[in-house]
Amino acid sequence: MATQSLVGTKNRAGQMVADPWELLHTAERTPSFFTGSEVIKEAVRRANCDVMIAYPITPQSEAAALIGELFAEGFIGDYFRGESEFAVMSQCAGAAFGGARVFTTTAGPGTMRAMENFPMWAGARLPIQMIVTCRGINSPLSIQPDTLEISYLLNTGMLVWHAETAQDFYDWILKGYIVSEEPDVHLPLALCCDGFFVTHTKDMVNLTPADQCLPPYDPYRSPVPCMDMECPPVRMMRDPFVMKSNYISYATHASWQQEVWAAIERSRKHAIRWLDGLIEVENPDADILIVSSGTAVSQGREAKCLLEDDGIDIGIVKIKTLRPWPAEEIREATRKAKHIIVPEFNVTGWLAKEIRATIPDAGRVLAGPHVCGGMTMPPEIIAADIKKRLGIQSESLAGRGS
Amino acid sequence: MSKERIKIAPEMFDIMPPEYQDLVQRATYGNETRGWKDIGTSKELIEEHSLCAGCPESMAFRYILASLPAPEDTVMVGSTGCTSLVFPHVGVHNIHSLFGNQNAIASGLKRALTVRFPDRVKDVVVLAGDGATVDIGLDMTLQAWFRQEKFTTICFDNELYANTGGQESGLMQKGFVAKMAPVGKTFEKVRLPEIARESGCHYVVNCTVSKPNLVEKVIKNAIHVAREIGPTYLQLYTPCILEIGKNSMEGLQEMRDSEKPAERFSYKEYVSDQAKELLTELAAKEKERKAAAKKQLAGQA
Ligand SMILES: Cc1ncc(C[n+]2csc(CCOP(=O)(O)OP(=O)(O)O)c2C)c(N)n1
Ligand code: SF4
Ligand SMILES: [Mg+2]
Repeated sequence: MATQSLVGTKNRAGQMVADPWELLHTAERTPSFFTGSEVIKEAVRRANCDVMIAYPITPQSEAAALIGELFAEGFIGDYFRGESEFAVMSQCAGAAFGGARVFTTTAGPGTMRAMENFPMWAGARLPIQMIVTCRGINSPLSIQPDTLEISYLLNTGMLVWHAETAQDFYDWILKGYIVSEEPDVHLPLALCCDGFFVTHTKDMVNLTPADQCLPPYDPYRSPVPCMDMECPPVRMMRDPFVMKSNYISYATHASWQQEVWAAIERSRKHAIRWLDGLIEVENPDADILIVSSGTAVSQGREAKCLLEDDGIDIGIVKIKTLRPWPAEEIREATRKAKHIIVPEFNVTGWLAKEIRATIPDAGRVLAGPHVCGGMTMPPEIIAADIKKRLGIQSESLAGRGS
Repeated sequence: MSKERIKIAPEMFDIMPPEYQDLVQRATYGNETRGWKDIGTSKELIEEHSLCAGCPESMAFRYILASLPAPEDTVMVGSTGCTSLVFPHVGVHNIHSLFGNQNAIASGLKRALTVRFPDRVKDVVVLAGDGATVDIGLDMTLQAWFRQEKFTTICFDNELYANTGGQESGLMQKGFVAKMAPVGKTFEKVRLPEIARESGCHYVVNCTVSKPNLVEKVIKNAIHVAREIGPTYLQLYTPCILEIGKNSMEGLQEMRDSEKPAERFSYKEYVSDQAKELLTELAAKEKERKAAAKKQLAGQA
């Protein structure tokens, strides 16, 4: 374990190790016009990563390849293409077990292919960061935006954050490492965004200085031993609980799972500090709230403008973290709302279900609109659903009937 | 890791478990000449295990752990199966994560250790069953070899899925009647040693664990070649006495019977030219070391 601060020293690429709070809050920012994929690259450039493992799948392939360029330039310790997402996520685990700061990206079918790894990552307390650029997982094959895969991640024991914009993405990649590597957290993070909408569009993003980076990961701050034979092999035990059928074994497994979920809870305070709250609320006194995560929030903001033109007052709640789930914050933000509209880019409406399970008087929740399979979500359909709820006639929208 | 790292503060010594005290006082970490002959006179790197009585896997484990050239800097990777009941008792860091992903874990691990310790050698050794290596994990086994990952893969070949109760595996013999092979296995035992050679392994051995000195030799060779050159593969017959209907005392004879010439575990090896060169060099050094030690001993007498 490092016994003195590394701030001010140089990393392998010659970048200066910065104090993370100063880097993210006070360091000078340069506005840059970048695609989401390029933004991922720029954040990873400053993340002092040891290992990145890649596999192609749209819409994350470009970002994964750009990080290869970072490796070639000396910013990352090692980088390679694995043979499948299942293998990649196991390779990430191996690297994290060995004490490396690890980064990877995947999407849609890749997330599903790799799924067995995620509860293992959480149970093994590996603070790997995985970018998920969400896309369809259905058959027939689709590469289009769709957030259904997030719902499968919610019960893995990983932290799950959902970025709305490229700026979120940039900041949260760096903040994600800080939060997930805290000794009282030490869990993997699935940092999700809506594929294409964020990855393939250009946006103005304020970047921190390229010659500064996060402090390196210190594996000896982990709550479980790093598998490098630099600390005693304490796992040597007489009566291991693995796969035994007895009470002590069940109790050990049960408490281990509870501890993983307690660690998610403990991440709350760090996430609140670094993300400036787990939710963001705009116009909280409105009777009608649009509550969502990801780019559905952006569409909600547009719908708010449309409705305001019609004299309808709308508030917005943006949910930043899905795990930890901001239950208290959502209850408080929606306390006075009469109608809660939850637009989502998936067919099942998993977010609305979570919200319904969280707040009193769940009948206030209007699940939808739901678009999926790559459909865009014009703000008009959100506005129309809200008007319908209020019993106000709206003009017929093309293809939707009246 | 140096032995210093596992030392116990004197004030705490008496409250540590006896097996840990033993590990600190009598284990052979850092002893360059360690080998199977230390068994019985030093603390082994394995505690009691929960395998079936007489299971040859337990012999194999003991010989392998006694033969690791540098256990103080070795991390092992296991998989699900009978071996996963043993690993928690093993005195080197080891990883169990999922069933079949062992060579993917080892690939990431070896690379991370190389990034973190650029000036030191950290050996990575995979040890998994035949189901893990050849069936569910085959793509990751082969891809690690294609990529020339520098670690050793050991397969405990008991020719079936033991831990789940004796189902058919790819390394099972053709015709063997087992669970999930109700009319006998319909295809041949997969020829993984040959596939290993074609996939880029530099040292491949197929044998049983009946002879501890042989196990020591192949383990040391495999690890040294993996350290310096590239992937190595050992396929060791560790019969599942439970599932083939043998008694606890019969494992050794079963191995001896199946290693006779023309039997499926008669000793076979493949060594690449590069590996041959390295092993010749190492053998010469070892000879020198032994001669020097002898001289010194004679001088003392
Ligand atoms: C994904 C997954 N599939 C199946 C299993 C069940 N399983 C556990 S051990 C095992 C068989 C292990 O066979 P082998 O690798 O030959 O090891 P052995 O027990 O024979 O030593 C199986 C099928 C599992 N744990 N995980
Ligand atoms: S089931 Fe077979 S392989 Fe497993 S411990 Fe028993 S004898 Fe050994
Ligand atoms: Mg087997």
